[in-house]
Amino acid sequence: MSMILAVAKNRLMNLKRDRAAFVLAFVLPVAFFTIFASIFSGGGRSATGKVAVVIVDEDGSDASRRFVAGLKAEAGLSVGLKPGDEKAAGPVYTAAQAEQAVRKGEVPVALIIPRGFGENAIAFDPGTKRATLRILADTADPIAPQVLNGLLQKVAMTSMPAAMARSGMAEVDKWSGGLTPEQKARMEQALGAIEKEATSGEPSASKGPGGLVAVETRDVLGETKKNPTVTFYAAGLGVMFLLFSATGAGGALIEEAESGTLDRILATRVSMTKLLLGKLVYLAGVGVAQLTLMFVWGAVFFGLELWSHIPGFLIMTLATALVSSAFGLMLASVCRSRMQLVALSNLSILLMSALGGSLFPRFLMSEKLQKIGLITLNAWALDGFQKIFWRDEPVWAIWPQVAVLTTLGIAFFLIARRVAERWEAA
Amino acid sequence: MADSTIPLEIRDLSKSFGERRALDGISLDLAPGEILGLLGPNGAGKTTLVRSVAGRVTPEGGTLRILGYEASDDRARLVRGWVPQEIALYPLLSPWENLWTFGRYQGLSGAALEAGIRTSLEWIELADRANDKTDKLSGGMKRRLNIAAGTIHGPKVLLLDEPTVGVDPQSRERIYAMIGELKGRGVSLVYTTHYMEEAERLCDRIAIIDHGKIIASGTKDELVKKTVGTRQAVALDAATPIPQALAEKLGRLGATVDGMQVRLSVEDPAGEIRRLLELFHAENVPVQDLTLKTPTLEQVFLQLTGRELRE
Repeated sequence: MSMILAVAKNRLMNLKRDRAAFVLAFVLPVAFFTIFASIFSGGGRSATGKVAVVIVDEDGSDASRRFVAGLKAEAGLSVGLKPGDEKAAGPVYTAAQAEQAVRKGEVPVALIIPRGFGENAIAFDPGTKRATLRILADTADPIAPQVLNGLLQKVAMTSMPAAMARSGMAEVDKWSGGLTPEQKARMEQALGAIEKEATSGEPSASKGPGGLVAVETRDVLGETKKNPTVTFYAAGLGVMFLLFSATGAGGALIEEAESGTLDRILATRVSMTKLLLGKLVYLAGVGVAQLTLMFVWGAVFFGLELWSHIPGFLIMTLATALVSSAFGLMLASVCRSRMQLVALSNLSILLMSALGGSLFPRFLMSEKLQKIGLITLNAWALDGFQKIFWRDEPVWAIWPQVAVLTTLGIAFFLIARRVAERWEAA
Repeated sequence: MADSTIPLEIRDLSKSFGERRALDGISLDLAPGEILGLLGPNGAGKTTLVRSVAGRVTPEGGTLRILGYEASDDRARLVRGWVPQEIALYPLLSPWENLWTFGRYQGLSGAALEAGIRTSLEWIELADRANDKTDKLSGGMKRRLNIAAGTIHGPKVLLLDEPTVGVDPQSRERIYAMIGELKGRGVSLVYTTHYMEEAERLCDRIAIIDHGKIIASGTKDELVKKTVGTRQAVALDAATPIPQALAEKLGRLGATVDGMQVRLSVEDPAGEIRRLLELFHAENVPVQDLTLKTPTLEQVFLQLTGRELRE
């Protein structure tokens, strides 16, 4: 027994000396937990704040205006009616503009209130003909259209009690064999009072069965896609593993330094700059091969639409491979040992992947976290791939992502070069 | 002063690391085809000196020229070879691939590279293991490959930093033969070692370095003559205790007596040993053992540095 304890104590003594193992064992899990907890605490979407929605009121009736006002009052929604400044005078969204906003990823959903909505907004009888609300959705965010749909039903009841009552009265009239003129007059009086109350902005709370307003949801981006989520995972996981393999391979630099091989190399005609550039070319080449394999695999087995997006794919892959390789080299040149590199790369890559959307989509995060996510190269890489594969945007549209990734790549390389001076002639 | 015929010319070289003065005004010359042994205790400055010549340490003062070129000059890289003390090779690559790598890094390509690899593999007797993984080779084989990786480009000046560490006697002989072949090709060598017998056997000239300075240099005989002189040491062990009368006579001869052991430094071994033995014979004390020792480099080193070489 005492020997067993001696072995355990020996390991404990080692752990105290091995800072890298210490970080892996204690710091990484806590850091990771913090990120997940801050993303999901309070139930995911509610912590993320509001669903942004563009509303196009083609009807323009009293009822539709009340309906829009009701939606604007909803805490769960952030309603946009105009393409420009919401408060300034200016044209409102057209249906085409709203669809464009969804396609570009400016908002995850848009709502079109069609002409004739006010005349027959609510029907208790499913057989009654009524105008259908149209939701245009980007199903990259599968939650937003569902949230909107639920709120539409709720607001239909709370913002348009008069319309609801009218519809109910019509049903009564129809099935009771007709109301007397006196009954109808009293009913009209009551409805007038309800309408007055509703316009005062204090909708009465009412509850009832769902499906009061007819809603049709259209997936404007995914409707032509065979397997929309595959794009997300191919890019997300691809970028993460690219980072892991680049830092792992970048570690060869540390092994060369430890074995004395680096010393020997630097005594030859290979300078440190040439050495690092050579490693960058190799790492980026491996990165391109890795991402290509991932996407070809996705194309062959999971219906990822690679063949129709080759130019955009190549540009994004090159930029991503470049920045990942430079990142790997930078980490390797900063670290003093392989173990240190393993700890630092695991920590930084997992954090970047979590924040940058490699592990779960950034739209699930709060706006604040989404903004923080932009400090990660994962976020920029994924945004670029999404633009190409999900939004079918033209190749030039990815220039911000390519510019950011390339700049980061160059910056990482320059840092690596600067730090590597410690290995040059003393 | 390019294209000098002096392989290595060092004047007043100095270098400090923080407070520690690693090189303190070192001056050295290396003649064409000469092997210069560099001896010194650990921390004496040998490594800094070798790394300065290899271009891996930038001296603060003094000059260092390799066939007339500054150590950092690309032309110096062409004529200089460096075999570090570590097995600085890629363990997962084969000998062929390692030689390809370092040949390429030295600027060889095409047929010259191919020829360099082939010749090197034959020279180090590893042609039949050319495609095995390097980490599967024996210690001696790795040492030979380590040398070949530093010489594949045909340097004129070669730095060999303890090339026989951890090598079995048979492989060591092979490495000595390789060094002889390099010398035969006219390569000038700087050879650092902890093995005194290696220095005595291989080196034309020896420089002893301590506290960042060259404290003595010359051929082995010159060093011995300058430091411990030419006197030889006689050690005699008696078979029985030495009587007081004999001890006194031995003392008059200049010998020291310690129990049954007698030590004597002699200028004329034949005459003085004869007189010593006559005294033992006269007193009827039997002699068990008698040795005569010529001064060694080890004694020179000990005398100069106050330390054993392997300390």
